[in-house]
Amino acid sequence: MATAFQSTKMPEAQDAPRPDMMATLRRAMSEYGLLAALVLIVAFFQITTDGVLLQPLNITNLLLQNSYVVIMALGMLMVIVCGHIDLSVGSVVGVIGALAGWLIVTHAVDPVTATIVCLVAGAVVGAMQGYWVAYWRMPSFIVTLAGMLVFRGITIAISDGASVGPFPESFTAISSGFLPDPFAASGVHLLSLLIGAVLAAAFVTVETRARARSASRGASVPSVPVFALRVGAISALMLAFCYMLASYRGIPTVVAIMAVLVAAYTFVMNRTVLGRRIYAVGGNLKAARLSGVNTARITFITFVNMGVLAAVAGLIFAARLNSATPRAGTGFELDVIAAVFIGGASASGGAGKVLGVVIGAFIMGVLNNGMSIMGLGVDYQQMIKGLVLLAAVFIDIYQKNRTA
Amino acid sequence: MLDETLMQDAILLAARQSEFILEMAGISKNFGPVQAIRDVNLVVRHGDIHAICGENGAGKSTLMNILSGVYPHGSHGGTIRFDGEERHFHSLRDSEKAGICIIHQELALAPLLSITENLFLGNEIARGGVIDWEEAHDRARTLLDRVGLTEDPRTPVGDLGIGKQQLVEIAKALAKDVRLMILDEPTASLNERDSDRLLELMLEFKAKGVTSIIISHKLNEIRRVADAVTIIRDGATVDVIDCADHEVDEDRIVTAMVGRELSDRYPARDPKIGEVRFAVKDWQVADPQHAGRDVIRNVSFNVRRGEIVGISGLMGAGRTELALSLFGRLHGKYVSGEVSLDGRVIDTPTVAKAIDSGLAYVTEDRKGAGLVLEESIARNTVLANLGKVSKWGFVVDAFAVFDTAAEYCRKMRTRSHDVLQKVGTLSGGNQQKVVLSKWLFTDPEVLILDEPTRGIDVGAKYEIYKIVNDFVAAGKCVVMISSEMPELLGTCDRIYVMNEGRFVGEFAGAEASQEKIMRAIQNNQSIGA
Repeated sequence: MATAFQSTKMPEAQDAPRPDMMATLRRAMSEYGLLAALVLIVAFFQITTDGVLLQPLNITNLLLQNSYVVIMALGMLMVIVCGHIDLSVGSVVGVIGALAGWLIVTHAVDPVTATIVCLVAGAVVGAMQGYWVAYWRMPSFIVTLAGMLVFRGITIAISDGASVGPFPESFTAISSGFLPDPFAASGVHLLSLLIGAVLAAAFVTVETRARARSASRGASVPSVPVFALRVGAISALMLAFCYMLASYRGIPTVVAIMAVLVAAYTFVMNRTVLGRRIYAVGGNLKAARLSGVNTARITFITFVNMGVLAAVAGLIFAARLNSATPRAGTGFELDVIAAVFIGGASASGGAGKVLGVVIGAFIMGVLNNGMSIMGLGVDYQQMIKGLVLLAAVFIDIYQKNRTA
Repeated sequence: MLDETLMQDAILLAARQSEFILEMAGISKNFGPVQAIRDVNLVVRHGDIHAICGENGAGKSTLMNILSGVYPHGSHGGTIRFDGEERHFHSLRDSEKAGICIIHQELALAPLLSITENLFLGNEIARGGVIDWEEAHDRARTLLDRVGLTEDPRTPVGDLGIGKQQLVEIAKALAKDVRLMILDEPTASLNERDSDRLLELMLEFKAKGVTSIIISHKLNEIRRVADAVTIIRDGATVDVIDCADHEVDEDRIVTAMVGRELSDRYPARDPKIGEVRFAVKDWQVADPQHAGRDVIRNVSFNVRRGEIVGISGLMGAGRTELALSLFGRLHGKYVSGEVSLDGRVIDTPTVAKAIDSGLAYVTEDRKGAGLVLEESIARNTVLANLGKVSKWGFVVDAFAVFDTAAEYCRKMRTRSHDVLQKVGTLSGGNQQKVVLSKWLFTDPEVLILDEPTRGIDVGAKYEIYKIVNDFVAAGKCVVMISSEMPELLGTCDRIYVMNEGRFVGEFAGAEASQEKIMRAIQNNQSIGA
């Protein structure tokens, strides 16, 4: 929403200098730089993998592989914007997977009930850690480092050190299923195309309305051709993306879950009182407290939320592997935290965007996927990912120093 | 910008070169397209205390950063001559080597390290990398004696009050064999007693032949210590006053600073005072660390409709603590007492409830606790009352936020590009207007202002007083806490005097004076002791 005001001028600020070309370019770079980086990386691997990267089957795989990172990154963004960190999410993924296995496989609890129990368990895990951070002001780094060890231990204890599986099909469907096609047309998946069309139409409507409202306030809005080009390009991309998925087996259930969550969290962070308060708490704790914000409760909520999203990821991951293993989720916290920082979140809190984080997660995902297709060893993959993280944060800080 | 006589003065002064330790001529500096300094000339005589005055944003700090090499030679225009020689400072280290030492507004001490460690930080007394503690503590002792501190040099700096920390900072400069000491608003965060001590010390150093530059807003300080004053406005030197006889024309300084005649520093107001609206009765608050020791003792006061009530007192008298304890019990442990508005008792155990009851508190720490510096003017303006710009109480309406902020910027005459500008990039005066906007947007009945014009230039101060006047003219109440007595005398209808957690005096605005207030404090201290 805020983008609608980007170039708005106060009526009385007549002497404000006209932004020159370089400044416009620089702003565009900081706004679309991350997206440009993703496009470049995709283009690079599209060439080096001889076009395998963008085949419908591989795109579906790429989405499936990264869905749980994206989902956890949404929660991690909130935690990091609030000025904290959660190192325990990988272990929580493990513990929830083990719990799901214990309930569904060992004790034959029905998957729906088990899923609910697991989500509640995730909330409890988050609350347990958030309690120390929010109400006793213990450093989140330490609390969640402890949590990382404790929950990994519990995972091993529940599963007795062995993998539990397989899960019934009704459970694995959350990660390997696709949205059903009521039209059952041959060749392409019609529902997926339809969803793409509806989304594109909704996007165009919302953007057009926002532009009209800004203009009615005397704000300077982009000219019609520029606006049409931007909105047209993005909606075309949405359609093309859905078409690609449709030409394989349609939209995977996980992708639908992920898309809904991304939309919901974008809304929460940008448009709700809770979201604005999280930014304020991370930006200046004292100022937020003096403004009547219950800072401890906000912090607590971000951790509970992180727990629930880690549980969602844990369920998806267990369903995808079709078994609960004691080592599930090991090292996930690093991918998730890296995605948030690559996505432009500030390490000191107070800044970061959902869209950035999603792009950040996919930059990591495409790197993983592309390098695997190329047959690069894990050794090189790790090195390259580490350097990408370093470079991304460096560019961010470099830009900030220049404007300061 | 220099007029003809000034130019002649400057030429004359330049002719007697040997007199000057520092000559900066035609200094300019750009930050991208923004010109921070256009044409500053500054000449300082050997052994003088030279004051630099100017509104916030006039370019004083930029000038000092150029002198000290923080902005290296080549990144700015003009020449610097130190001791008659042209110098090119490329870093802080270069200027320190020449004997120039800056003591910044924000102290640069490590609170957990001892005084000794701080004094010799970066310059440790060591043989082959091994620190000689005996020697270090001994030398620290000598330095502390020179600034009149009796503390053990092993004391962690964080255990000292802010006034003593400032003295440690000066001792640190002495450790480096300083020839020109620059103090950037040294008394801004000190109480009167500590300020006094600091100014005395400056005069002592002067007697020993150390040259210093003091950047200050406070005219009484300048009158007391300065031998010459350079006034900077909009990035250029506009006036130089020689006042070795300490006869300073204050009006001349103020006029030069703001660029216009400011006949009255406080806007005229016709007070319409009615019945008692806000009342605090027997307010008692205990120290959070020491149970049983009270920070606020039995305080009762009231504010009437349309009244501005001041609370005067020394630093540490408990004024901010009183305000914080009233505003959501943010300080200390509540013991007893009651707050009422319009005869109805209100309960303020949390900030949110205090705001709902009609209270607002403007903090003394604008950057640290008043604003989210990384966020826009718009978001800061609505932070304390998000509900009002939201649908169904939780969906923030970005357009309402924008309109609200734009409206307040217009009303307050906040100078900015647009309401999406980050507040961190605004000047102090405009930042304070954003804080005030935030609180006025909560539609309070009682506005508690804590040092509302600290570190703000004369012009912006005037505008803030006007905002406050308009607020009470609507039949509301203002409580103003300030360490600047002229400000309280110039704006308040009634002034309470606070000392050591108690109210020890009350004066009607017309009959109050600095002497009476100080006497009230001193009387109480002799009784209390």
